[in-house]
Amino acid sequence: MALFGSLSERLTSALSSLRTKGKLSAADVDGTVREIRRALLEADVSLDVVKDFTGKVRDRALADDVNKALNPAQQVVQIVNEELIAILGGESAQLTFAKTPPTVIMLAGLQGSGKTTFAGKLAKYLKAQGHTPVLVACDLQRPNAVTQLTVVAEQAGVEIFAPEPGNGKGNPVSVAKDGVKFAKQKQFDTVIIDTAGRLGVDEALMKEARAVRDATDPDEVLFVLDSMIGQDAVVTAKAFQDGVDFTGVVLTKLDGDARGGAALSVRGLTNRPIVFASTGETLDALEPFHPDRMASRILDLGDILTLIEQAQKNFDEDEAAKVAEKLATDSFTLADFLEQLQQVRKMGSMKGMLGMLPGAGKMKQQIENFDEKEIDRTEAIIRSMTPAERNAPKLLNGSRRLRIAKGSGTTVTEVNALVNRFEAAAKMMKTVARGGTPNIPGMGPIPGARGKAKPVKKKGSKSGNPAKRAAENAAISSAPAGPAGGAFGLGGGAASDPSDKDMETMRKLLERGGL
Amino acid sequence: MAWSFGKAFKSLFSGARVVEQQDWDDLEDTLLQADFGPTVTEETIEAVHKVADISATLDTDDLRRILGEVLEARLEKFDPTLKLKSSPGQPAVVLVVGVNGVGKTTTIGKLAKFIATRGKRVIVGAADTFRAAAVEQLATWAERAGVDVVRPTVDGQDPAAVAYQTVERAIAEGHDIVIIDTAGRLHTKSGLMDELGKIKRVVEKLVPIAEVLLVLDATTGQNGLNQAEAFLEQAGVTGLVLTKLDGSARGGFVFAVQEQSTIPVKLVGQGEGIDDLTGFTPHVFVRQLLD
Repeated sequence: MALFGSLSERLTSALSSLRTKGKLSAADVDGTVREIRRALLEADVSLDVVKDFTGKVRDRALADDVNKALNPAQQVVQIVNEELIAILGGESAQLTFAKTPPTVIMLAGLQGSGKTTFAGKLAKYLKAQGHTPVLVACDLQRPNAVTQLTVVAEQAGVEIFAPEPGNGKGNPVSVAKDGVKFAKQKQFDTVIIDTAGRLGVDEALMKEARAVRDATDPDEVLFVLDSMIGQDAVVTAKAFQDGVDFTGVVLTKLDGDARGGAALSVRGLTNRPIVFASTGETLDALEPFHPDRMASRILDLGDILTLIEQAQKNFDEDEAAKVAEKLATDSFTLADFLEQLQQVRKMGSMKGMLGMLPGAGKMKQQIENFDEKEIDRTEAIIRSMTPAERNAPKLLNGSRRLRIAKGSGTTVTEVNALVNRFEAAAKMMKTVARGGTPNIPGMGPIPGARGKAKPVKKKGSKSGNPAKRAAENAAISSAPAGPAGGAFGLGGGAASDPSDKDMETMRKLLERGGL
Repeated sequence: MAWSFGKAFKSLFSGARVVEQQDWDDLEDTLLQADFGPTVTEETIEAVHKVADISATLDTDDLRRILGEVLEARLEKFDPTLKLKSSPGQPAVVLVVGVNGVGKTTTIGKLAKFIATRGKRVIVGAADTFRAAAVEQLATWAERAGVDVVRPTVDGQDPAAVAYQTVERAIAEGHDIVIIDTAGRLHTKSGLMDELGKIKRVVEKLVPIAEVLLVLDATTGQNGLNQAEAFLEQAGVTGLVLTKLDGSARGGFVFAVQEQSTIPVKLVGQGEGIDDLTGFTPHVFVRQLLD
């Protein structure tokens, strides 16, 4: 909810003090756990499940080995997310079908949870998979529930079995029984039984649901639950579990903005899988349930998590170590540089990446100015080189550069700028890799390699041809903070900050590699 | 059921004895489980503490009494009166809105009966032309309540048109109160929310709308706040109806909803029968929570 800001924001501020510390103290963890507890309660996760959950997170946060790839704040978030997914169930669950048709699926739930609409969606879903479902109208209580199911069946293009008019008339148990018989006769392979919901939880409802269940021996009993439900979810779920013992859960109205903490409550309490997520009013709006998506929805940790995930998945440590070695032994080539670029690319848009970093707000302007195309151009230039050229940039004479410029749709000036930047960067990286501080004129020692980009620019052309050199130097200086920005040619007018981060990452990796 | 927090407040500090720290923890848990939400729970406990800390000896009966007073005071800041002034040729129009499955149609049936038994002539308009069989469901309720119903003239007719026709007929036939049913819509669907604005505009060409009632399901959790905010902004809600209070849900989120949206709760539904709708009285609501 907007009032309190997202959990991501609050966690970021609660954890900002942790970033400098090496490992988590009990007090740090408690503070974080309090925020998480609050966020879970705001997401309508039931209190008992919240207590259980936060206890587990606290224990793990204190016990886990420090993960070197992440800072302490990210570690806690990751533990939270892993625990969330663990409760929600690792894999998407599947419906069980009977060995000998028809498969009987019975729906149960409170009034207004969306049973009848879901019945239609499920029928349509199964039909699309090649099944032949029939809807059985056993909600004989709610005014015109039978009529509604009839209309829904028609929209879904499936058969309906509705011998009773409803509105309080007829016996749902015999309708259910006859429905299954009807399916057997007419060779329908799936029977979907819509049952009556009630306000609140009452014994009459349970008795009726139980009778329907006993009469039809369903393969699946799906408990339909409104995702907007609050703390009452546990009472309802427990009552239905004790009453009819459902085999799976369906969460409805997920197209709203409810956090859906009920999913966690129901899983934590009953340990039944959530099978479907219902996400709209049209009959097509039905999806298999994805535990991971639900986890980030409940806690709204999407952006932090994406960053953690991307940082872990895509930055291949072996790859980085190889690069480090190459740097140290002076064999870092443009081909390697291209690979590096692609690694960065895998992480998604540069702008997006930068925006996700905690505290990125300050650099918004710089991020806005970042030109994604710059990476494209750099890539194009390198790809226009022959493998030999990539491995030995020294080969690049004037005519080769002209060819490359033509091939990549750029100008010789741009090609020159890239090669120069690459050489300067490689030299600098080598120094860093050997544990020294890159000595760049006018910069002094560089803590965290701050501002590595600028001096490169000053180098200008090394061309032996005075006219060409002048032209190139002019081109470079006239491009104010232009493409000649970052050491990797990625900078543009963009953040010097993020490239600092690159450097830091690089350095850490190198240090870890023992170089 | 092995346990229930439906009666949590009732079992909370049973029997008068000196208050211990555990009681405060139990109080917090109970409020949270009644969907008060973390913020209102904190505020409530703070307020109770403020009063309780003055007295040197405090027993659990005192704590319970103080809690009741604190909660009542919070609810009493709002006026729960339903404003349905009508004059001949100028019926009072009530628009009923809400998300799907909260009990709008049922509420209308009850409200129609509630008003009709007080000697007013009521007509209901079936402007939920979207959900399958919604019109029939409303017609069934209207019949039970003994009031007239205006149906769409064609399938899937524009709800604004149905609303307009209903008001038109009410003016022509001299009804006092018009209640218009609308399709359930999630408050996040902007297209559907705009439709509500249209219904309002069209109806107000004939008469001003007296009340826009937002129906909230008591089992709803903290999402009730989002619903109220969105419907207030898009449909100009003037009152809340809390339904399904007969279940185990306590509807504690109304504290936050009332205070944040400043929309008062006006009606409470607590049963499936047509007579199970009452006006909202803070005292009674709190007593039901506590006793």
